[in-house]
Amino acid sequence: MIEFAAVRKEYPDGTVAVEDFSLVVPSHAVVVLVGSSGCGKTTLLRMVNRMVDPTSGTVSIDGDDVRAMDKVQLRRSIGYVLQAGGLLPHRTVADNVATVPVLEGANRREARRAALGLLERVGLDPALGDRYPLQLSGGQQQRVGVARALAADPNILLMDEPFGAVDPIVRDQLQEEMRTLQRELGKTILFVTHDIDEAFALGDEVLVLRKGAEIAQRGTPAEILAHPADEFVSRFVGAGTARRTLSVREVDGRRIVVDGDDRPTGVLAE
Amino acid sequence: MNWLSQNLHIVWSLLLDHLWLSIVPIVLALVISIPLGWLAARYPRARTALLTGTGLLYAIPSLALFIMIPAIVGLSARSPWVAIIGLTLYGCALMVRGAADAFGSVSRETMLAADALGHSPWARFWAVELPLSGPVLVSSLRVMAVSTVSLVTIGAVIGISSLGTLFTDGFQRGIDASIITGIVLTVVVAFAIDAVVLLLGRLAMPWQAAVRA
Repeated sequence: MIEFAAVRKEYPDGTVAVEDFSLVVPSHAVVVLVGSSGCGKTTLLRMVNRMVDPTSGTVSIDGDDVRAMDKVQLRRSIGYVLQAGGLLPHRTVADNVATVPVLEGANRREARRAALGLLERVGLDPALGDRYPLQLSGGQQQRVGVARALAADPNILLMDEPFGAVDPIVRDQLQEEMRTLQRELGKTILFVTHDIDEAFALGDEVLVLRKGAEIAQRGTPAEILAHPADEFVSRFVGAGTARRTLSVREVDGRRIVVDGDDRPTGVLAE
Repeated sequence: MNWLSQNLHIVWSLLLDHLWLSIVPIVLALVISIPLGWLAARYPRARTALLTGTGLLYAIPSLALFIMIPAIVGLSARSPWVAIIGLTLYGCALMVRGAADAFGSVSRETMLAADALGHSPWARFWAVELPLSGPVLVSSLRVMAVSTVSLVTIGAVIGISSLGTLFTDGFQRGIDASIITGIVLTVVVAFAIDAVVLLLGRLAMPWQAAVRA
């Protein structure tokens, strides 16, 4: 469980990234923070592993204030996935995945062997273990990023727009696989994105944020779609747009779902 | 050729002197420049002082420097350490800026990722910053190494033996073969050291070749 209690972040130049934010991320749940760039969502994420310390308020994990913990140990105990994987370009894929176990003093050869297993787990050929990150495609790098975050078997995963740099087809695939992986692993995941569809695809719970990390609405994807709290959320989720206004038509005895422009998007399951 | 075959053992011993007078300052300047360059890259306030300070060293005429050093550090004027100290200073003058650029070339995202993974500052330096600054560091090191090999010859003027002694002797005694041998061998040493630096760099940074391929 991650708890934000009345956190605020003000930078020395007077910029307020986070006004006053409180949230409980329940264990084993995926909570997605979604908002435009500069809304403070990444700042919130970084407060969990103390890449950023709040000006006031506390962040705690399972009831323990993170500020009382050693930064380096705290970070090793939390999986972090960054955009474009954030891989170390001078380390092979297997060494990248084995980074945290090796920092923790694990035997290098065993850590590498475990890394190859993790590569398989995220859908990569273990033969890629000897390659360097730049020899991989964007989607492959992203998978390595996920494998690396899982290497020390952390309870918590922080994901900062992890699928932002890959093309839409690969992104859909990665999101699908992440759901499968999460069903098996049941990690506590705090996920940041600017893409509302990604938020709906992955979140058990979604928070739509305004500037200063003010919560515009919080709920399940269905709740937010059904009852957008205000104009801002409506616009953000695209409520009322053709894409979100679906209806059903009968075609050759099957029921087709079409959007507001009458373009078919799927078939109703019978 | 006749002159060379008759003086082979002298030339050989001057060549060894020259190698030692080059390699020691190159290594010392590298080792000193890495932490200074790192400081200059990470702390903007230190940057100006360090880069101006070391840059000014290069403005001191080499002969003057070689004559001042014994007086300042209390060495005998003919000690090879005079040349080693002077050349180390010149090496730093070139290398601190190069090292600052090298550490500046490491991407912020990668350092952020290293922090997020739980590298301590010390671990981040050795495991991430130093290797990733390698390519730029090696380019500056090559310039510094070649420049040092050529500067070693100046020591001959104040009586510190090196291949430069072949120029001073050759001029005084009017032996062209001696001068030519000195020039050719200095160039050969410079090329050889450059090649070694390049090779060590390739061995230390296998990802560079892999990514280029």
